[in-house]
Amino acid sequence: MTCWPISGGLAMTTTLDHPATAARSAPAPVTMAAALNAALADALAEDERVLVFGEDVGALGGVFRITDGLAARFGDQRVFDTPLAEAGIVGTAIGMAMNGMRPVVEMQFDAFAYPAFEQITSHLAKLRNRTRGRVELPIVVRIPYGGGIGGVEHHCDSSEVYYTHTAGLRVLTPARPADAYRLLRQAIASPDPVIFLEPKRRYWSKDRAELTTSGPGIDQAEIIKPGRDVTIIAYGGTVQTAMEAAQAAAETGWDAEVIDLRSLSPVDDATLVRSVRRTGRAVVVHEAAGFCGYGAEIAARLTERCFHHLQAPILRITGFDIPYPPPMVERHHLPTADRVLDALARLQWEDQPDERWLGAAEDPAGADRA
Amino acid sequence: MTAVDHGPTPASQPAGTSLLPAPTARQLIDPAGRLVPAGGPLPEADVLRELYRRMVIGRRFDAQATALTKQGRLAVYPSSHGQDACQVGAVLALREQDWLFPTYRDTVAVVTRAVDPVETLSLLRGEWHCGYDPYQHRVAPQCTPLATHALHAVGLAHAARLRGEDTVALVLVGDGGTSEGDTHEALNFAAVWQAPVVFLVQNNGYAISVPLAKQTAAPTLAHKGVGYGMPGVLIDGNDAAAVYASVGEAVARAGRGGGPTLIEALTYRIEAHTNADDATRYRAADEVAAWQARDPLTRLETYLRGAGLLDDAAAADLQQEAERFAASVRERMNADAASDPAEMFAHVYAAPTAQLIEQRDDLLADLRGLGDDDDA
Repeated sequence: MTCWPISGGLAMTTTLDHPATAARSAPAPVTMAAALNAALADALAEDERVLVFGEDVGALGGVFRITDGLAARFGDQRVFDTPLAEAGIVGTAIGMAMNGMRPVVEMQFDAFAYPAFEQITSHLAKLRNRTRGRVELPIVVRIPYGGGIGGVEHHCDSSEVYYTHTAGLRVLTPARPADAYRLLRQAIASPDPVIFLEPKRRYWSKDRAELTTSGPGIDQAEIIKPGRDVTIIAYGGTVQTAMEAAQAAAETGWDAEVIDLRSLSPVDDATLVRSVRRTGRAVVVHEAAGFCGYGAEIAARLTERCFHHLQAPILRITGFDIPYPPPMVERHHLPTADRVLDALARLQWEDQPDERWLGAAEDPAGADRA
Repeated sequence: MTAVDHGPTPASQPAGTSLLPAPTARQLIDPAGRLVPAGGPLPEADVLRELYRRMVIGRRFDAQATALTKQGRLAVYPSSHGQDACQVGAVLALREQDWLFPTYRDTVAVVTRAVDPVETLSLLRGEWHCGYDPYQHRVAPQCTPLATHALHAVGLAHAARLRGEDTVALVLVGDGGTSEGDTHEALNFAAVWQAPVVFLVQNNGYAISVPLAKQTAAPTLAHKGVGYGMPGVLIDGNDAAAVYASVGEAVARAGRGGGPTLIEALTYRIEAHTNADDATRYRAADEVAAWQARDPLTRLETYLRGAGLLDDAAAADLQQEAERFAASVRERMNADAASDPAEMFAHVYAAPTAQLIEQRDDLLADLRGLGDDDDA
């Protein structure tokens, strides 16, 4: 696969300060990329069964430098480059795990993981079930995903629902640097196979929190900003968007709660349901296409579980139902804080119906986008 | 990883020549049951007798499994009748510590590796996807998607090597399976890593209905080895002695750190693809008859009798042993299997998720409501 040069998007660094960490006595700021690197290094150091391999992860340290320095520190028996073939990487990882190893493999970009799809869905996800629990595959497949970095075609897909629709996989995605460390350590320690989706546009976001494995568990969502009026549910790259929207919403007088899902599968229904029953309103934000997207599942689950607490329909703020667009127009595709705010405004605060869908019965196809 | 030592290639020959297969398929015993000295030394008499014994039992088991489909005890069964020498010869060449990676057609190979036959048939019985413990006899689940298991074998073997363990993985694949991308990736990874893997292609001439000529333009499938930097070996797949010797040599070489080998065994599937297939639509009766005349059991039996290693009494004893084996399988398969709907939720993750517990409990409550919890 070709790794195209990436535009100035790379230089984008943003600081995600949330109150809980800002109050602490200041650890040095760490980027998500550095936090992930530290998680891999610590896992390699703690457990000799952990192996890291993939394309360009050795001497180069990965195209995003997430494995920087690991081959030099742990040697080429434990951190190594493979032939350029994604099914081969995941397929051999399965064999290694059958034989007692704990492989952590890297797919170079979201869309370049597709050649491994059969290995992931037919074997990685199912071998435990196929063998009545006798074959366990503690494998982590790391996939940089999503857009917002000026990447050309095939470098910006949000492929999460391909994996969440497959039973047997855990699907995790961190949003904040310190949590990226925690979540990756939890993924490597998990007895289940994990698809670990790294929001590449947040690789250079910074966090001052300490890198630790303690905190929320592998399958727990986290309320990263409490609020009373509406729940904004996000994951990966859109968590920061949700935080920006929540801060702006405060100026309008809406006290928004923000939930970082962390685990897309299994999903932490309990945290979501408690929050939405309390606030009575919810929106879901993601980059991936809305149609059959992850937000559709969340909206359906919460509607089933919280219907009598809801003051308005659950809305989705998503990417359009299009192939990921070219860099010059991607900013129109990605959900922004403004689009989240627009959705919040439609949550029937004064009991007025959502004007967007008025008249939809006459022209159902005309009113097509949230 | 260490550099590949291809052995000396004379300056007068193009690179890789030493990796090419011989122009004709290796035989130790010809179809008429005669020794072929040029094929190399014959395995010990005890080994030859055991090869024959396991083939007789395997052939009878295979027929029993097909019969069970007609009685509705198996959903489907892909027979390996005709490929008996590959099924048995390859497995007997493995050592205790080695692993077998079989496909759906390799049930006889799995049973020859001493896996319980009823556990082996669990998949086709519809009881569970894999009924045996892969770790017990070091046999991976029979793989239904083509060639995907070849990569698992490479990974398993490579992990053993990283730990300094002498374990070789044997991959069984068909001629059709060699067209899959995963075969290519497995051969390439194995060669680059010098992983201790033996790839045995049972070339039975057809991928269901599609003949080899529509599968590849290579001179032989064994020729593909050179492209990966591993030796390609062409053998007569109906000669159990040749299969045993060739796989054994490849296992020994891999175990010594010599890297992987690609073996192509020329054989034939006498039965249809499965009991649900109609082979008369794509191959002629005289072609089948010609291959029946090259029957691997007859060949070894003729040799053994000629060499004084098998007499009528021993042959009759062996037939009885095979009948007893088949009868035991039949009897056990005729007992209804217990199934537990709750188990559908038990092995999805290491521990069931909250959602799976909820779904399981809903199902069990429904079943209780229907008074249908007898099989729960």
